[in-house]
Amino acid sequence: MSRINDRSRPLGQFVPLPDDDRIICRCEEITKGEIRRAVHDGMFTLTEVRRYLRTGMGLCQGQTCARLVRDIVARELGVSPLELEAAASRAPMRPVEMKILANETKGAD
Amino acid sequence: MKRYDLIVVGAGPAGLSAAIEAAKRGLSVVVFDENAKPGGQLFKQIHKFFGSKEHKAKIRGFKIGEELLEEASGAGVEVVLNAVVTGLYLDKEVVVKLGGEIVHYKGDAVIVATGASENMVTFDGWTLPGVIGAGAAQTMMNLHHIQPGSKILMLGSGNVGLVVSFQLLQAGCEVVALVDAAPRIGGYGVHAAKIARCGVPFYLSHTIIKADGDNRVTGVTIGEVDQTWSVIPGTEKQFEVDTICLAVGLSPMSQLLKMAGCAMEENPGKGGLVPVCGEFGETSVPGLFVAGDVSGIEEASSAMIEGRVAGAAAARRLGFMEETELGARLEELETALSSLRQGMFAPRNKGKTPIHTDEGCPISSNLLKKGYLTDDEVPAYPGVKSVKGIHPVIECTQNIPCNPCQDACPKQCIKIGANITALPAVDENSVCIGCGMCVAACSGQSIFLVDEDAGEGCASIVIPYEFVPLPAPGQRGIALDRSGAELCPAEVVSVKSAQAFDHTNLLTMKVPREMGMRARFFKLPKEVRA
Repeated sequence: MSRINDRSRPLGQFVPLPDDDRIICRCEEITKGEIRRAVHDGMFTLTEVRRYLRTGMGLCQGQTCARLVRDIVARELGVSPLELEAAASRAPMRPVEMKILANETKGAD
Repeated sequence: MKRYDLIVVGAGPAGLSAAIEAAKRGLSVVVFDENAKPGGQLFKQIHKFFGSKEHKAKIRGFKIGEELLEEASGAGVEVVLNAVVTGLYLDKEVVVKLGGEIVHYKGDAVIVATGASENMVTFDGWTLPGVIGAGAAQTMMNLHHIQPGSKILMLGSGNVGLVVSFQLLQAGCEVVALVDAAPRIGGYGVHAAKIARCGVPFYLSHTIIKADGDNRVTGVTIGEVDQTWSVIPGTEKQFEVDTICLAVGLSPMSQLLKMAGCAMEENPGKGGLVPVCGEFGETSVPGLFVAGDVSGIEEASSAMIEGRVAGAAAARRLGFMEETELGARLEELETALSSLRQGMFAPRNKGKTPIHTDEGCPISSNLLKKGYLTDDEVPAYPGVKSVKGIHPVIECTQNIPCNPCQDACPKQCIKIGANITALPAVDENSVCIGCGMCVAACSGQSIFLVDEDAGEGCASIVIPYEFVPLPAPGQRGIALDRSGAELCPAEVVSVKSAQAFDHTNLLTMKVPREMGMRARFFKLPKEVRA
């Protein structure tokens, strides 16, 4: 079991910080405090945080906030940001309207 | 499903170079780019590039873009714009959003050259309108001809922050301060000196505390940081600005590679999450290559060479090239690439601060902290010699890979030698004819022609000048010193704008004799500027 996934390790009490109201993920309007709380709620990986809060799932697809979220989660876990694996990359890489996504062609030959 | 020998993702310097290299060897090549225009960041780069003649040094970035596009079309490369690659799969299937459709393509080889995205930092008020990335500022100024703001604070002293600050000045904006949390300027000293002599103050070891304003930025507060990056109480400084520009680094846009199943690594030296690469930019997935910033943040010149390497390697893998031919081509490219990766700012020297240049000259600490050389420091460099009559004074004091000045001089006054990072030296035995080719050729705008005794108690100084409006001969103004401080009255003698100077105008000004080695910029008096 990796250190990150050790759910039994104590994180201590959640301590509110003065800048908890600061928005980190602009597209989904998620604050620093919400991300910090998510870690205390047991979301130890970036993929979990993303599913829990929708960080990085908006228009920019995490282009702006992925690093910021990673640094906040790492600090809360007391690990190096480099130890946290980036959240999974999935198609579509860029926002695509549903009607276009459904309009799949095999390409002209 | 439409098939190509090679599919390239991204039509920036790396992607176009890769496509050209492969297409010239007979591969059918398509390049997809999500933007409406090709060229990636190249068309925003209005400054002259560093490097050697072979690396297109002293050519402005957008010109290099035009040359690449022409070469690509000549080689039969198909460039598809507004084409958003939304997926990349293990069997080199590329899924593209084209107009209202999702279209599938398959490449025998794929080169991903998606570049990088800008990093952000947060502070109170960072989401206010008026806080923008340096890249956005460049897009507004250099592509759309819009001023990003009127009073601007720049955060980040790397080459991006320095170059964009200068371009903001050129666009007529006021840059109130250049701020960096690091204790030293991160980019080239010559870029910093260009801004400092225009009067922009540098605040190293400072960070943004907050942006002021309710609906938009109206001001910014910065403060000095200690060694733990905490703001030292009492060091706060407030500026009235309408724009805060962030140039705090780039992250590789490597998500497609992670999706395709490439082995990835977090590599801080390369700027973030990058694919693990073997030789020639090939990822752990055979036939899937990377080139340019997506494989590690560098700059456009090396991205173009990396693209050529990946393109040649892809051609070889698909059997369009003999092993021996590839070997010869790669040797050529590797030599070029390694010459660009030399000097103080080479990737392997990241984070190190040398005290001396390779020549044993002291590195100016003032240059690293305030962006300019002091009068006492200037004579220590081989480009600065006190010679009778007009002569070049080269204030190039760091080992960077750049040498156009050497070839620019028709009289061989300037010597760099085979080592491209060596400091340029002025040869006292060659006679300067005052043509100014070196002044215009220097991408760092660090060469001046000085005649310390031009008669009538005056010294004449030729400076590179890239601002509008151009002062006219006879106009009187103020000479600024290297720090941008007002020094003495100055009179414009001439302004030359020859085609060979490529938009670097040569302004000759007359100053009192004792100011010949101190005056380095010309400012029109306020009433004329307004």
